[in-house]
Amino acid sequence: MTGLRDAGATELDVAARVVELVREVAGPAAEAEVTVVRHDLALTRFANSFIHQNVAESGVSVRLRVHLDGRTAAGGGSLVDPDGLRALVGRTLTAARLCPPDPAWPGLTPPSSVHSNGLLDEATAYAEPAARADRVRAFVDAVGGLEAAGYCRTSYRSGAFVNSAGQSAQGRTTEAAMDGIARSGGADGVARLCAGRLDGLDGAALGARAAAKARAAADPVELPPGRYEVVLEPAAVADLLQNLAWYGFNGKRHTERQSFASPGAAQFDPAVTLVDDPTYGGEMPFDLEGTPRRALTLVEAGTTRGVAHDRRSAAGAGTTSTGHGTPGGSTFGPVPRNLRLLGHTGADDAATGPVPTVGPVAGGPAADGPVAGAVVDADTAALVAPMARGLLVSDFWYTRVLDPKSLVITGLTRNGVWLVEDGVPVRAVRNLRFTEAYPRALGPGAVLGLGRRPVRQPDRIDGGWWEGPPLRLASWNFTGGASG
Amino acid sequence: MTEFDAAAAAVQAALDAGARYADARVMHLRYESMSARNGDIEELTQHESIGLGVRALVGSGWGFHAVPELSDAAAREAGRRAAAVAAASARVPGPPITLTPAEPAVASWASGCAVDPLGVALSDKGDLLVRATGTARDQGADLAEGLYQIWDTRKWFVSSEGHRIDQHIRECGGGISATSIGEHETQRRSWPSYRGQYGTTGWELVESLDLAGHAARIADESRALLTAPECPAGETDLILGGEQLALQIHESVGHAIELDRILGWEAAFAGTSWLDLAQLGSLRYGSELMNVTIDPTIPGALGSFGFDDEGSPAVRRDAVREGRWVGVLAGRDSAAVAGLDHGGSVRADGWARLPMVRMTNVGLEPGPHTLDEIIAATDDGVLMDINRSWSIDDRRLNFQFGCEIGWEVRNGRRGRMLRNPTYTGIGPLFWRSMDMLSSETVPWGTPNCGKGQPGQIGHTGHPAAPARFRNVRVGVRA
Repeated sequence: MTGLRDAGATELDVAARVVELVREVAGPAAEAEVTVVRHDLALTRFANSFIHQNVAESGVSVRLRVHLDGRTAAGGGSLVDPDGLRALVGRTLTAARLCPPDPAWPGLTPPSSVHSNGLLDEATAYAEPAARADRVRAFVDAVGGLEAAGYCRTSYRSGAFVNSAGQSAQGRTTEAAMDGIARSGGADGVARLCAGRLDGLDGAALGARAAAKARAAADPVELPPGRYEVVLEPAAVADLLQNLAWYGFNGKRHTERQSFASPGAAQFDPAVTLVDDPTYGGEMPFDLEGTPRRALTLVEAGTTRGVAHDRRSAAGAGTTSTGHGTPGGSTFGPVPRNLRLLGHTGADDAATGPVPTVGPVAGGPAADGPVAGAVVDADTAALVAPMARGLLVSDFWYTRVLDPKSLVITGLTRNGVWLVEDGVPVRAVRNLRFTEAYPRALGPGAVLGLGRRPVRQPDRIDGGWWEGPPLRLASWNFTGGASG
Repeated sequence: MTEFDAAAAAVQAALDAGARYADARVMHLRYESMSARNGDIEELTQHESIGLGVRALVGSGWGFHAVPELSDAAAREAGRRAAAVAAASARVPGPPITLTPAEPAVASWASGCAVDPLGVALSDKGDLLVRATGTARDQGADLAEGLYQIWDTRKWFVSSEGHRIDQHIRECGGGISATSIGEHETQRRSWPSYRGQYGTTGWELVESLDLAGHAARIADESRALLTAPECPAGETDLILGGEQLALQIHESVGHAIELDRILGWEAAFAGTSWLDLAQLGSLRYGSELMNVTIDPTIPGALGSFGFDDEGSPAVRRDAVREGRWVGVLAGRDSAAVAGLDHGGSVRADGWARLPMVRMTNVGLEPGPHTLDEIIAATDDGVLMDINRSWSIDDRRLNFQFGCEIGWEVRNGRRGRMLRNPTYTGIGPLFWRSMDMLSSETVPWGTPNCGKGQPGQIGHTGHPAAPARFRNVRVGVRA
């Protein structure tokens, strides 16, 4: 077996060859689409302040979907030598012939231009293990004797798409992410950042932030459950975005009436503008069906504008694909994976992009007080300052859907919660469980404040990310303590 | 070049590059899934991949590298790179690493399989889903969905200690669901469980589920749930069906006894554990009815294997005995840190991923009762069945589960159907309140256990039977 690099073939060459093979075997009537992606992923993981897992992988995947005589099948594999490609084509065509009919086949993407986002950083693509280890070293040093845990990740994808209707595209992208906690006597503080380049990650700054939060989270008290005003930091906001994306702005679920989304309706507070923007880094410039990826406004100043579609869900809804075709999308549906909650100066931020820096704030209205270090940036401080009584929440954890249509979700706080009184964090609070309808929490009149600086948070799978500023909400339903 | 040759070349290259221990796994993975919706096939996917992953220990640092090819040159390069990655770990060094001693096995193992799932005609498998989802749709479900999944995995494992093991593991399963959509909420009923039932077995498992035979019933129940009364809020006696109890075991016992979590190795992501190794052997985890085993030898259960991905043989061990915590899930390095003498629970979900501590089959031994006896013995309570939502904190203490369906239990009888049943609690308090346990055990399979960075999806098994818990908080809502 031979890898792509040894064969001297590009991803585009391989994709074109597979389409050719389908034609040779099944004739010109067979419709075929092929995606080939080379993926180099490396992740250096640390715990108890040392590197305990350190991995790197090089992979290549070929994904073929064919439609023949009214029947559809998809196949994939890692074998890109001639025998492997022939076997993939044979297997997939055989499967299509044996499959029940597919009356909802949406057809292939017609030829259309795809523009690379140009967000490739060679240094990140070919980063050595030492480069990641150095950032871990900096994080560990910066926590000043606390325990540190987390990861530093780099990834590189080079991909191509070809279909039998004449569409072809290629792209390359890189991503770097760091996610770490500092631990102090059972209290954790977190710092997390996703960037297009490894140079965009400052391990020392992230470590210092996590350590400040961990120290501020010491000696937490129990708080009775109930509804509290909250300031959510970007890590917690990312959870809101992720669940809204998966369940609310998923075109298939919308068509099935399983989503709350109602395009044209003012479902959110006017402060909320949500844009899915794969062109902003991390993703290929085309989706699994070869549709060009573009920015898609989902919510504009509180009014729901649209949902994400792949070709199949779009056909079902009588519209066109928004470039959200993904593996498994036929079953679960198309999901936005690069969702941005625009900051307070939304239009300006959209033009200039986020400021992907994380560091301690010099002063700020709520930077000092009984719990110094709970607030570590000016953006959050500005939202905490006017809060008479409420909670500052760093992060959410293990959020799961109780009902997908109303998007009622249960989960827990994690990595630091503080009681705020008269604009000052006065006590660290033990983790709480919540049960809340996310659309309601962001509904008209519910957003009391929005930060100015979105911070990009990495998804668990590279390529996806969630970006928002800190967010002040009028009410969040905490249903119990999490202590044993 | 055979798979063993490739693995051996990688191991040797890692040793030549300075590793004091190395192992390599070649894996050939074949996957097939089909989904259907409302009587039509929605998606058929087949995937095949082959690759090699090498693990190297240099000084006190681990390194891992994976490649999608098996040539001698690629295998050797992977071994060298694994050693280089391990060397980079020394920039942030930890304590010395040792491995618990292991007998280097030379062996072959294959899971039991009467009907090869990949050998069954696609048209037959498709017809099964089409028929079941069509029936549910005709019965009035707004959405009727069906799914099967098949994994066919071959592994070749070689270590620098002399292991040489090949395994062939076949897993499959499936299920259906019916969803009815109301104005403000949806209601779903599934068979045989939310995710379906899965095992390390052949297609005979899927055939035994009789998906079409249950389709009309679940459609009826999903519609009925839309107008059923809401599960009341308060504290009451809770009876859980076996499928839900399986996930309760998974989340509040299985993950909690993972040694890597207990040692803090998962602190930043999956979390830690409320368990303290100093209490191993003495901690009261649950009531005396609670006997939990770690058993990868159960024929047909989803967490079964011959050898784990460090070459340790499958061995049955106790995790909880008569309510006391007595065992953990471990790997050779974590066991050595904890002063234990065994690993045996380390697996990776593919050739490109690092083996890590994973549940095997973690399940409750049967109790002395039946579900009917448990209901008959309950004056006032709620019976809940089939998982719908699940959430637990990062120490595996505070949980909240939602089920698809509930029923009032009054004066020893099952009464009204209840919608949106949820319950919440704290793990050890919950398990200590278990006072009745059925003997009607089923080895439920969970094919979607997420853990690790980069993420891995584990397959785990959980023998479980209906049980009763006293004074549990139910009916939590937004």
